[in-house]
Amino acid sequence: MEKNPLSFQLKLNPDDFLPATEEEKESLVVMRDSVSFWKDGFRRLRKNKVAMVCLFIIIVVMIFAFIVPAFYPYSYEQQIQGANNLAPMQYSAKELERIAAGEKVFPHFFGTDKMGRDYAIRVMMGSRISLLVGIIAAAIILVIGSVFGSIAAFAGGWVDLIMMRIVDIIYTIPDVLLIVLLSFALKEPLKVLAQAPGFGWISVVGENLISIFIVFALLYWVGMARMVRSQILMLKESEYVTAARALGASSARIIKKHLLTNCIGTLIVTTTLQIPSSIFTESFLSFLGLGVAVPMPSLGSLASDAINGLNTYPYLLFIPAAVISLIILSFNLLGDGLRDAFDPKLKN
Amino acid sequence: MSDKLVQVEHLQQYFPAGGFGKNKKYVQAVDDVSFFINRGETLGLVGESGCGKTTTGRTLLRLYEPTGGRIIYDDKVIFDKDKKIAVNMLPYRKKMQIVFQDPYASLDPRMTVGDIVGEPIDIHHLASSKQERYDMIIEMLRRVGLNSEHANRYPHEFSGGQRQRVGIARALAVHPEFIVCDEPISALDVSIQAQVINMFEDLQESMNLTYLFIAHDLSVVKHISNRIGVMYLGRMVELADSYELTMHSLHPYTKSLISAIPIADPKLARASKRIALEGDVPSPLNPPSGCRFRTRCPYADEQCAKEVPEFKEVAPGHYAACHHLDKCN
Amino acid sequence: MSEYLVDIQHERLSFFTPAGEVKALNDVSIHLNDGEVLGIVGESGSGKSVTAYSLMGLTAYPGRLVGGTIDFNGHRINDLSEKEFRKIRGNEVSIIFQDPMTSLNPVYTIGNQIMEVILLHTDKNKEQARARAKELLELVGINEPEKRLKQYPHELSGGMRQRVMIAIALACEPKLLIADEPTTALDVTIQAQILELMMDLKEKLGMAIIMITHDLGVVASMCDRIAVMYAGRIVEYGTTDDIFYNPKHEYTKGLLKSIPRLDAKEHERLVPIEGTPIDLLNPPAGCPFAPRCSNCMKICLREMAPVTTFDDVHYTQCWMNQKEQMEREAAK
Repeated sequence: MEKNPLSFQLKLNPDDFLPATEEEKESLVVMRDSVSFWKDGFRRLRKNKVAMVCLFIIIVVMIFAFIVPAFYPYSYEQQIQGANNLAPMQYSAKELERIAAGEKVFPHFFGTDKMGRDYAIRVMMGSRISLLVGIIAAAIILVIGSVFGSIAAFAGGWVDLIMMRIVDIIYTIPDVLLIVLLSFALKEPLKVLAQAPGFGWISVVGENLISIFIVFALLYWVGMARMVRSQILMLKESEYVTAARALGASSARIIKKHLLTNCIGTLIVTTTLQIPSSIFTESFLSFLGLGVAVPMPSLGSLASDAINGLNTYPYLLFIPAAVISLIILSFNLLGDGLRDAFDPKLKN
Repeated sequence: MSDKLVQVEHLQQYFPAGGFGKNKKYVQAVDDVSFFINRGETLGLVGESGCGKTTTGRTLLRLYEPTGGRIIYDDKVIFDKDKKIAVNMLPYRKKMQIVFQDPYASLDPRMTVGDIVGEPIDIHHLASSKQERYDMIIEMLRRVGLNSEHANRYPHEFSGGQRQRVGIARALAVHPEFIVCDEPISALDVSIQAQVINMFEDLQESMNLTYLFIAHDLSVVKHISNRIGVMYLGRMVELADSYELTMHSLHPYTKSLISAIPIADPKLARASKRIALEGDVPSPLNPPSGCRFRTRCPYADEQCAKEVPEFKEVAPGHYAACHHLDKCN
Repeated sequence: MSEYLVDIQHERLSFFTPAGEVKALNDVSIHLNDGEVLGIVGESGSGKSVTAYSLMGLTAYPGRLVGGTIDFNGHRINDLSEKEFRKIRGNEVSIIFQDPMTSLNPVYTIGNQIMEVILLHTDKNKEQARARAKELLELVGINEPEKRLKQYPHELSGGMRQRVMIAIALACEPKLLIADEPTTALDVTIQAQILELMMDLKEKLGMAIIMITHDLGVVASMCDRIAVMYAGRIVEYGTTDDIFYNPKHEYTKGLLKSIPRLDAKEHERLVPIEGTPIDLLNPPAGCPFAPRCSNCMKICLREMAPVTTFDDVHYTQCWMNQKEQMEREAAK
């Protein structure tokens, strides 16, 4: 009997030894799904539970700060007669009468302050002011800082040297002192300006707050400038920038398409971390009495007003303080999460 | 129209390295280098680290502004330090291109492959409509062995060899005449190198390209080049036809370079004798006087320390810079 | 215990990363005698470095030995604790890495770094260790050893740093030296010096060397035996002459055909290996080289071939070879 050369205890089949087709080989080579930088980053962010919780908290706070007040039955400057210094969920004598009469009275979730104003709405408005200041200040810092930093980095040489010395000098200026001086100096001129048509909002917001914004624009952008400059200096040396030059790209094109786009991750993270810092600065200035004008509340001014009655009405201090802490902590943790998600070095 | 597409005369590139006034120090990266490249040929440039070959390639394209010398492209002077000529390079960027060594660093990680290849098309306004731009991009990708579905992907999704192909497609998008290949395969796996080398050869034929091929691997350079120039510490020491250089080299440095290369053939490896080169390469901040190779050359004498040897034609098409060619041959 | 200096049997090693299990080594078997030079050739991802690192226990978390046994110089490596490993590292087995700049500590002097190894594994005092360090620098061909002992790594050139690495590795006269791409980062003239030095020292000290590289030229001149690895497996193993003059696996043949030769008389077109290296996160069930193989058969995609031996050293794992051998046996 002829021995079948292919018979073997391995259960081989003569067909197995036929050449494999291209399709069969191709089927083993599969490219993974395409994913852009943003999608990849957001996917990583979603996996970060802490960051997601913080994002949720921020969204909830923003809803309360910006949307809910429109539907709230009380307003922040409305003083309710006889309803002074109510504890949370307490009703005043007059309100109890109205309830007894069958009327529905919206509860004071956080009680009222010494002027009889509903505290919940004041905390919400306070959050709105604090958030607005934080975000607007961060935006000012972002724009001025990144333009300054990128010009310095890209120009190099003497321009860079001079611009950075300006940054160094600005660092030495004491910010609070400047704010106090500016507030003092600008008080009268801004009051006059507030009379002019279209500038009425100045008196609502308060001259002090304008001074704060001016000082932010003058002083606080230096940290961002330094960071952007170092990012761009590093990216400038990348081989793909050299490649772009070899293709004939103009400087403007290189800055726009290659340098800034590769910075964006870091810019977003730094800005997100700048917001709590600005909120804190504003809170502490308001606490000192240099913030928004009465009756507009900010979380800092609420805390400041509450200090005197701390022993009797502790909730008047604790509530705004807790909200400030919550906002700042959430932004910080979210910023950390963003940095972990978008940091290219962690990309493997 | 002469045969010489690229001519480089007494090219000099010194980089400042600190110091002021009289004590100003320079890294003498490229010092008095002259050569020409004929239309359609490949000139190889080899040397070890610090020899200035990469700087030569980039200076030739004026990615760094030369500190001395003359560059002539297609019979037009595009740079002359003495006559203070420095033309606008933008139109020349369409004719002279470069492929980089590091496929990971030379592509912008935030751009899709399609946009990377499309960038030169945008810069030079080569397409009159979106469709035309797309067609040009896909055609380039196909030429390098990629396909249209790769156009929407990002560099990090590809292997080293594929990224290098994208870099090549980008250089080809402007239909250049001349390409500086700056160590294009050094960073690739061995089994991929051969693919890319073949692709360079095929493209040269199909697109009438002229190459300056820079690499440290003499075997690869010999394979792909018609002529080879050997550089040492910023100067060109020998230049000849590829076969001529590897079989009948004249300069002592070239000889020791060739003998140091390990041959992938055990019998030949056991039989060959290495010409030992002792010591290390001197620093380009402070190169030796006269002939820069003299500190490691077995034939060096006082003349070598005093006079810089002239880079001259010692046989038809064969140039060398050495005072004692007769002694070492 | 086996009679070999190094005896690795069917080693399986994986890295457990967040992206999944990377099967770095998939059934690798190697043995080495005293004084022999083994070359491990492969590309990035082939597992050549991991094989050697696993010998020294340097593949800690997230790497883990999943199967097989590793024996070295009478020790069962699988079972060693970190403490026991430290006794043999630098002492019985040493390693030199690719990049001498990052392998040497920039804030310690050369003398300090050499003496550290000596003081750790021998009972010499500082004076004796210093004398030995000077001796070692002379051994590796560094001039002015007294002066060098006091210098820092950044003051030396690449070639000299690599010599210092070798001096550190040889300080305790190990039985095995692992060289992981020791000359890839060096210029070719310096590479020649270093390789010559290593062979010289091997003769003098009688140690075995495992040379890991992707450069076939380097293994041709230095090695007695060669293992060709691809994607975590040894695809071919044999003497140097076997591999270069009688290659049996398509990958080996492909590598040899795809490198340009300096001594080629005329321009011959290179024959590249088509395709791209595989993804170790998803290795195919059969032969990892199958998608790139011009002789690929249907069975190659399904399962890995058994070992086909040609003589007592040369073997390969390839269905093509297995089929030819079976046909030969049947014809008898």
